[in-house]
Amino acid sequence: MKEIVVIIGGGIAGLEAATQLLKLGYSPIIIEKNDRLGGHVARWNRLFPDMTPAKDIVDDLIASSKDANIFLNTEISFVNRLKDSYNVMLSNGISINSRFILYTTGFRLFEAQKKEEYGYGVYNQVLTNADLENWFNTDKDKRISGKDIRKIGFVHCVGSRDEKARNSQCSKVCCITAIKQAIEMKEKFPESEVFCFYMDLRLFGKKFEDFYTKAQRDHGIHFIRGRVSEVSENINGQVIVKAEDTLAGKPLKVTLDLLVLMSGMVCNPDSTKAASMLHLPIDSDGFLQSSDNVFHITSSPRKGIYYAGACTGPKTVPETLAEARSAVLDIHSEITAGKK
Amino acid sequence: MSIFGFRISPSSAMNLDTIDRSRFEELCRIEPDAARCMSCGACSATCPASEFSGMSVRKVLLCLQRGKEEEAFRMMNNCMLCGKCTMVCPRGINTRHLILSICRIYDKEDKR
Ligand SMILES: Cc1cc2nc3c(=O)[nH]c(=O)nc-3n(C[C@H](O)[C@H](O)[C@H](O)COP(=O)(O)OP(=O)(O)OC[C@H]3O[C@@H](n4cnc5c(N)ncnc54)[C@H](O)[C@@H]3O)c2cc1C
Ligand code: SF4
Ligand code: SF4
Ligand code: SF4
Repeated sequence: MKEIVVIIGGGIAGLEAATQLLKLGYSPIIIEKNDRLGGHVARWNRLFPDMTPAKDIVDDLIASSKDANIFLNTEISFVNRLKDSYNVMLSNGISINSRFILYTTGFRLFEAQKKEEYGYGVYNQVLTNADLENWFNTDKDKRISGKDIRKIGFVHCVGSRDEKARNSQCSKVCCITAIKQAIEMKEKFPESEVFCFYMDLRLFGKKFEDFYTKAQRDHGIHFIRGRVSEVSENINGQVIVKAEDTLAGKPLKVTLDLLVLMSGMVCNPDSTKAASMLHLPIDSDGFLQSSDNVFHITSSPRKGIYYAGACTGPKTVPETLAEARSAVLDIHSEITAGKK
Repeated sequence: MSIFGFRISPSSAMNLDTIDRSRFEELCRIEPDAARCMSCGACSATCPASEFSGMSVRKVLLCLQRGKEEEAFRMMNNCMLCGKCTMVCPRGINTRHLILSICRIYDKEDKR
């Protein structure tokens, strides 16, 4: 019989892992809580650094993993440890026995309304990075469509690098996402002025620095080093942003037609819940804890349990896909070693 | 005037709504690299005039973008056009040429 691998989470990590497991002749089972596959990437429009349509990536992954057993709208009710395997009970009543469980439970977007001073959910013209991706996809958002947008601001590090929000980690992808979205907005509203408020610009990835210089030189996007301290609204419904320009050492204010909050990637409570069923360790940042962060990022401390993607911390799409392949290789090695 | 024994100093806050950036934009058209400064400060650290006069290409560019043109001109008066800043700029900005362009553009406007 084909070896079964249970994959918890049908985001890109889970789909890529299923694709590779199928190629190796195994039988992956994807458990997805939502009513659709693709996770967060299915909500995005175009991906940095090559502006690849997110839909293409997700559609390809769904097509290549279609022979897996997929349960949508399904969660794990409980997991029991047997002698050398696991018994996984699903919310639909189905029970699965498997030697391998791969966690691809991903992250959760920081809830921007928790940072009250930025006015998300209070002031009409304040939205999040995810809202903006949604607008790129649907063209439906009363705050933007058909409006005369002349000044746009982006606030970096919303709910990241913020101990008061209980997330001290850097979300890693939001600096580049802010710059990507700033350029996209400038292309949609060529007459507009765009401001990015940052603490540090963390542009670690391939071609990310090119995005930065392109934003400066070709699009005239203004970068202001300073954390936005407060946002208010004027009678025209515009938002007024206050910050310190820390390079000039002076306080600064600007009135904007649209303010976009770069909500960070934080640990997913669904992930923690699924991990607690097997008493898997949680790291200090709230994400799942790998057996070590250099050599075995996709391994848990427990035999047969593996991780891939953003469930262990903020990751980009290519990093997530690479981890999914790597975890599958680990599983494959363990299976073949046992057969010798 | 200090009838109450104290003075209210003018606000140092910058209001980006009221800044006229048209001259900086004109500068960027002939010197697109003016917008690429990342405020690393290498230019100021190497500038022989900086120690005595506070000249800093970084600050000049920032001042021009924030509408503090007078402050920028005051600093630029001390530049000797030695070109050391150009040698160290990691973004490869021809800062010396940039300084000359700033003089040209802003000077032209003033005479108008
Ligand atoms: C605003 C924004 C823009 C981004 N843009 C880019 C970009 O342009 N380029 C790029 O490289 N990266 C980008 N990223 C990063 C990218 O979103 C992540 O790398 C990617 O989503 C990680 O995939 P994942 O499968 O690990 O997790 P997720 O996408 O979070 O998927 C996890 C899936 O698991 C499911 N799940 C979770 N827990 C359970 C459970 N207990 N039971 C069942 N199912 C469960 C979830 O419902 C979800 O479908 C962006 C991130 C953000 C926040
Ligand atoms: S990537 Fe940038 S915006 Fe995101 S948390 Fe890190 S520094 Fe802040
Ligand atoms: S050219 Fe001017 S600004 Fe540059 S190092 Fe020389 S004196 Fe300083
Ligand atoms: S060295 Fe170049 S990049 Fe650095 S502050 Fe000076 S002009 Fe800007």
